[in-house]
Amino acid sequence: MTETTLSDELDDARALEQRSERAAAYADGPDGHDHHATNTGISNPKLAMWVFLGSECLLFGGLISTFLLYKHNNQAGGPTPHELYDIELTSISSFVLLMSSLTMVLAVSAIQRGEHSRLRLWLATTAILGATFIAGQVYEFQVFVKEGLGFTTNAAGSAFFALTGFHGVHVSLGIVMLLSALVLSLAGRIPQARAEAVEIVGLYWHFVDVVWVLIFTVVYLIP
Amino acid sequence: MTDATITEPEATEHHDDGHGHASDVLYMKVAAGLAVLTGMEVAWPYLIDDGPVLMFPLLIVMAIKFVIIAAFFMHLKFDSKILSRVFYSGLGLAVGVYIIALLTFRVFEGQV
Repeated sequence: MTETTLSDELDDARALEQRSERAAAYADGPDGHDHHATNTGISNPKLAMWVFLGSECLLFGGLISTFLLYKHNNQAGGPTPHELYDIELTSISSFVLLMSSLTMVLAVSAIQRGEHSRLRLWLATTAILGATFIAGQVYEFQVFVKEGLGFTTNAAGSAFFALTGFHGVHVSLGIVMLLSALVLSLAGRIPQARAEAVEIVGLYWHFVDVVWVLIFTVVYLIP
Repeated sequence: MTDATITEPEATEHHDDGHGHASDVLYMKVAAGLAVLTGMEVAWPYLIDDGPVLMFPLLIVMAIKFVIIAAFFMHLKFDSKILSRVFYSGLGLAVGVYIIALLTFRVFEGQV
């Protein structure tokens, strides 16, 4: 009985030791990912970003729903956003943002291979494409205001500016994150082992793009 | 396939944890597909005036684009399933809650 207990304890100790070794090997993985030994096998920052993005779905869901409720409401006077849309301009903006997702994923891919110059090139390109999208949005807002639709003109205008404005703020924050990553990379503070940091910035950027896919269809294309 | 080959940009990268990310060429193909879908989306309202025939294909293409971006660019296809569950749970909750809210306000009357 005593021998059996000792044998069991020895087996448990061996299993624990093997698990620790596996965890340590996983954390130091040479594959360009900054792995951490967590219960899920996913690093905490990455999981946190995904949880944050899941919660962002609720935020944008609320804003899109509000727009759908009020998009025809111009009882206070003034035009509705639908009367002022420039679909050609917005289509070009959407295409630009879509391509920025490609350059972002290429940046992540580059750092995972340890190609720092390519990382910087793709990060800068993504930031420029994002800035181009924001420039288009600012131009659109200016045209709307000139045509008599401001934030407080009517309920439809408020809902439209709140939704697209919130998205614009998200894109702007994304650009700040991209430029920060670029500066850190130039300072040599993003080694290949920290590729996951760029991947997390990328997740945020792709989310901003994917939300625009919804907004473009629901707000602009469906009358 | 040698080790040297697997580090090339064109190769699919597999990691020790069983995860793999797509190659750059695949990302470009996905982006080209998304651009084509966007072009179809933009053209559709010029071909169809209004009603469900206009709306449903647009919503379907929108959903396809959403899933493609999430799967390939956000790596959900290659990463742990837990991440897909976390993200799609939030999305499903949002869609459910707001569809119910919009139905309460009869937003879809006359459209579906």
